[in-house]
Amino acid sequence: MRRSRFPLIVCILGMLFFYLPILVLIVNSFNASRFSTVWGGFSLKWYALLFQQDDVWHALRNTMLIAVSATTVSMVLGTLAAFALHRFHSRLQDAHYTLVYTPLVMPDILMGIGLLLFFAALRIPLGLGTIFIAHVTFCVSYVAMVVLARLQDFDFSIVEAAQDLGAGPWTILWRILLPLLAPGILAGGLLAFSLSVDDFVITFFVSGPGSTTLPIKIYSMIKYGKPPLINALSTLILCVTFLLIWVSQRLREKRA
Amino acid sequence: MAAFLELRGVTKKFGDFTALNDVSLEIRRGEIFSLLGPSGCGKTTLLRVCAGFEQPDAGRVILDGHDITDLPPNRRRLNTIFQSYALFPHLTVRENIAFGLRVARRPAAEIKREVGQTLALMQLEEHADKRPALLSGGQKQRVAVARALINKPEILLLDEPLAALDLKLRQRMLVELDNIHDEVGITFIFVTHDQGEAMSISDRIAVMHEGRVEQIGTAAEIYEAPRTSFVAAFIGDTNFFDGQVLGPDTNPDYCQLAIEGFTDIISFNDKRLPTGQLAHLSIRPEKFRISRNPPPPDPFLNRISGTVEEIIYQGTHTNFWVRAGEYRVAVRQPHSRFKLDQEIITWKDAVWLSWHADDGCMLEQYRADDESLLSLPDPDDAHPAPGGTTGTTPPAASGRQRGIAT
Repeated sequence: MRRSRFPLIVCILGMLFFYLPILVLIVNSFNASRFSTVWGGFSLKWYALLFQQDDVWHALRNTMLIAVSATTVSMVLGTLAAFALHRFHSRLQDAHYTLVYTPLVMPDILMGIGLLLFFAALRIPLGLGTIFIAHVTFCVSYVAMVVLARLQDFDFSIVEAAQDLGAGPWTILWRILLPLLAPGILAGGLLAFSLSVDDFVITFFVSGPGSTTLPIKIYSMIKYGKPPLINALSTLILCVTFLLIWVSQRLREKRA
Repeated sequence: MAAFLELRGVTKKFGDFTALNDVSLEIRRGEIFSLLGPSGCGKTTLLRVCAGFEQPDAGRVILDGHDITDLPPNRRRLNTIFQSYALFPHLTVRENIAFGLRVARRPAAEIKREVGQTLALMQLEEHADKRPALLSGGQKQRVAVARALINKPEILLLDEPLAALDLKLRQRMLVELDNIHDEVGITFIFVTHDQGEAMSISDRIAVMHEGRVEQIGTAAEIYEAPRTSFVAAFIGDTNFFDGQVLGPDTNPDYCQLAIEGFTDIISFNDKRLPTGQLAHLSIRPEKFRISRNPPPPDPFLNRISGTVEEIIYQGTHTNFWVRAGEYRVAVRQPHSRFKLDQEIITWKDAVWLSWHADDGCMLEQYRADDESLLSLPDPDDAHPAPGGTTGTTPPAASGRQRGIAT
């Protein structure tokens, strides 16, 4: 029987649709010409120039600082929230659930305006601190939802078994709950991390002078006409991302 | 013998649902005590109260003279085998078994020795470094038993430990559990809904129903002398007859019983029911003898006549349904050479049913609902009575079917 070529064609078209833009971006980062429509020969000059842009590295540093700290804090808070939501059922918990769930569905622009008004009302100067707070508010929700999903599949009779075998609350936490929930907490943390690195809209509202993050920096670079630099920067980010994915897959293979 | 574990008036409610209703019982040191009942009867809740996972709303739990009602589970010297085994999935078999000793901060050398011994005892050595996910059901169960026993608990609580296993394995594990019990000699409390399991392993059984203990006794006691219609119907099969005590027999242990449609019924009256008292008689199907010829006269032999309505051949025995007056009586006869030599009983035959006065049991408490528990097939399912409630006949019914003309 002859197999239809149709699925293959659809697959190739789909891949092209997703990856052609990225490919163009990578190729252009090595383009000596200023304009993406003209091939001016292979060159690494944009990379060289990029490494001289102190403000880019400053923005990257800010982004990482905020992503790491917001992720860490929201992993703790989100896990605690998930436990409370799973364990207790009351009207207060229903309200709590709505509160945790809302940032997932609320448009970023509302979050941004809301937070800006809030900080302004309290006369909190905008800066890294306000970005950190803003990122924690939505990262907590993602961590809580991921951990809550894990908890719903969690067999709590093993907690009872541990208790039955003489374990107190701390032993149960360290020996049973954390090791078993670590994948869920980490998955939530990774999601929060990538959202935090990525966030533009909310950050745009609550950032102040000197607290520019990478997405905002990139945006302003487009606006003030340095597209080739962005190509180089994006290619580097892409490489780092692939490296991270490769490492995490290797780690997973080792564990299995 | 004094009680080792004692429950005094334990009541536990979940919202409006009363899981345990004023339960009191005493468990002796070293015995295998079963809690037997249908799902929802409160047996698991009772076990969880013993283990400390549930706080009773009222009542006390006393272990070896000490009130442990308010102790958390981790401070009770009881260990539980969970229905799902609840092995720690992230730990190896060895680490699972060592968990209790580690938590108790026993020296490493001692833990190593004890775990080694337990692995050997439970024949788990070759699986010691596997994760639970790689084990079979029987192996998981052995790990669960090993993990509990290594702590040398005062009592081992087993919550339907065999429910997750297939039939063959279940029987083997039952024998294995019994052997372990003989070896370690600690008290077992065994929760099950399977009467066969309970009867084969237990020293004593508490039959539970709707949050209450209906009867406590050995397997033979609850089978041969059920106190309530629930126990009679839940454990094995039976026939219920409504009667009234006519008066004591010449022997005071026996009484004459009036049952509509039958004459000269005599029954063992260990409960000394007084004359005039309404009584319900339970007679198990295998206690009857079925014959075409009238049985020889005997003062202790009751006899009634009837017609065979249904015959179900079952290999080891045959089930007959015999219409006798207003009752449809379930009769179970084993096969033997002696019977085969006789002319075989067939449909519509007029037969005699006879039973010894000792084989009927007068119940202290009777509830009509309990008749729905009987599992003998009801011929009415196949041949609905005309004008009757066709199709809605309960799937199981007793020997008595009122209101159906013969």
